[in-house]
Amino acid sequence: MISRLLSHDLPRSRWLALALVLVVLALAFAPFLFPGSKALGAAAKMLVFILLVASYDLLLGYTGIVSFAHTMFFGIGAYGVAIASTRLAPTFAAIALGVVAALALSLVLSLVIGLFSLRVKAIFYAMITLAVASAFQTLASQLSDFTGGEDGLTFKNPAVLSPSFEPFETPFFGVTVDGKLVTYYVLFVAVVLLFLALLRIVNSPFGRVLQAIRENDFRAEAIGFRTVVYRTLSNVLAALFATLAGALLALWLRYTGPDTTLSLEIMLDILLIVVIGGMGTLYGAVIGSVIFVFAQNYLQDLLKFGQAALGGEAGVPVLSQLVSPDRWLLWLGVLFVLAVYHFPSGIVGRLRLVKR
Amino acid sequence: MNTTTTRATVAAATTSAAIPKAQFDWIPVALVVAIALGALPLIGSPSTWVTLTVAGLAMGMIVFIIASGLTLVFGLMDVLNFGHGVFIALGAFIATSVMGGMAGWAGESGAAQLVAVFTAMLVAFAAAAALGWLFERVIVRPVYGLHLKQILITMGGMIVGEELIKVIWGPLQIPLPLPEVLRGSFLLGDAAVEKYRVLATLIGAVVFAALAWTLARTKIGLLIRAGVQDREMVESLGYRIRRLFVGVFVIGSALAGMGGVLWGLYQQSVVPQIGAQVNVLLFIVIIIGGLGSTLGCFVGALLVGLLANYTGFLAPKVALFSNIGLMVAILLWRPQGLYPVTNR
Repeated sequence: MISRLLSHDLPRSRWLALALVLVVLALAFAPFLFPGSKALGAAAKMLVFILLVASYDLLLGYTGIVSFAHTMFFGIGAYGVAIASTRLAPTFAAIALGVVAALALSLVLSLVIGLFSLRVKAIFYAMITLAVASAFQTLASQLSDFTGGEDGLTFKNPAVLSPSFEPFETPFFGVTVDGKLVTYYVLFVAVVLLFLALLRIVNSPFGRVLQAIRENDFRAEAIGFRTVVYRTLSNVLAALFATLAGALLALWLRYTGPDTTLSLEIMLDILLIVVIGGMGTLYGAVIGSVIFVFAQNYLQDLLKFGQAALGGEAGVPVLSQLVSPDRWLLWLGVLFVLAVYHFPSGIVGRLRLVKR
Repeated sequence: MNTTTTRATVAAATTSAAIPKAQFDWIPVALVVAIALGALPLIGSPSTWVTLTVAGLAMGMIVFIIASGLTLVFGLMDVLNFGHGVFIALGAFIATSVMGGMAGWAGESGAAQLVAVFTAMLVAFAAAAALGWLFERVIVRPVYGLHLKQILITMGGMIVGEELIKVIWGPLQIPLPLPEVLRGSFLLGDAAVEKYRVLATLIGAVVFAALAWTLARTKIGLLIRAGVQDREMVESLGYRIRRLFVGVFVIGSALAGMGGVLWGLYQQSVVPQIGAQVNVLLFIVIIIGGLGSTLGCFVGALLVGLLANYTGFLAPKVALFSNIGLMVAILLWRPQGLYPVTNR
């Protein structure tokens, strides 16, 4: 039954299985285990990133395409929800309309970009998408009547999902049930379902062809697969899942702006997560996202501690700057470079080796 | 590729007439002139046009200085360095330190201020060269021939480099004002031409001339051009292409560092993210030019610079998308870029 649910793509490592079970349990009961809005925010961000990174892994890890336009689709989803909620009414119908419109836009854009540039080499595609993504970010900040420009859009969710919605008088296991909690579980269910769908996709015959293209596109073409078609389809699918992830993020934050969705920093975060977690395995997205968001929120505290140990800001000159809490990305960057060299299959690949 | 063979054949043709002359492809160069002239009636006033054209040329030249190394490295070794922006940022930040440090010494004297600018460029050149050497050693060398890993690893190198710059110079924007002597403008008739832009254009022209001369007239240049066309053949003739490549990488990084100084002065302020911001522009330029082609890079940079300034004047909103529009248009016309390099 579980094997069926996971599309027969089991973790294949005791430690990985343990880690995954822990992550799923922790995320499922996060509101009860880790009270406080910061912890819940981190958990929600983990959920969104799991979906976003998994969809990117479909491109990078399974098909071997490097795209820098993934945040564009993420942003389209987020803006779809935000614009529909502000322009129309904060209802589920408006959100659904926004999501459908965003999906349609992503579909068309990814199809056009794919057909336009996937015929050529990977490196070319990477550069083109980088340019397109930056143009899109400029466009979003320029259409300020529509998108709120640099400030972004703050909007209201439907009543059931808004924080002021409190159906029960008494707390439930010590936690007040409110709209935020409901939203969290909407996110959780959606991410679980979509993640399983992605797992289904990569383990289908279609997914096998993608991996064949990744390994040797010339040979795949020779066997008789139209690689351009498969690459474009993979691109489109990844874009659609990213759009959905964006919509979920917008629902959670009740805000959409260029910095939370479209910026190059988010794109770099995604790259870091995919590589550190493990390319070519969706479980890498889960492990990577959890570690990354955790590091983002709590590594700073650790570094602050380290800096204090070195005598604070005014302590050992360069060293204390290196462990300054603002420099957490430096350490993840170093980890990233080491990961590409020494364990290209990421944490998941490492864990799978341990078993043998 | 066309240009390089042209220069070679022109040189060879004087000694032996037996080698057929390759046709030099004038169309892209003519396109630059056509765009400049075509903008004149749209803008209307000739003096404004002169100002904008000089501004466009200056921007194009600076972009060319930065991008030339990137395109050569790609052409020679099939390595695309997504971390090229680090060298730009390094150069720009070194400029803030050097020029800040020399401000007291330079004082009011115009000549001394110019010396400070050139010292900053020299220091940036040297520092970026050293960093480039290290970058090649540590980051790029282990991943030759693996495109996917190259993209990832150089991107990682850029993240780390940017963070290290934040460690040294701090994460905030640092002003980089032009020295007194370079502020203000010359008056040509009633056209105002900013002094700094003239200087930048001159420096760019010198760099282009030096690069073109090296590539066309020296043994090293010959080997580089041969290496761009067919690496294995050069290797099998007994030349150590690796060493050549390290040299090109180092010089390319150094030029990017120097260009970073110019770019920082052009923007008059420096942020650690400057590298990532310019990267997009660089990629557009080298795609337009044809990956690996130096002349293509030059023409592409001029096109981008001119168009950005003209559209910035005519339709500021459109200017934000002029680069990408230009790229799409050029690629629809010539899918391999203006000057396609064979074998790529």
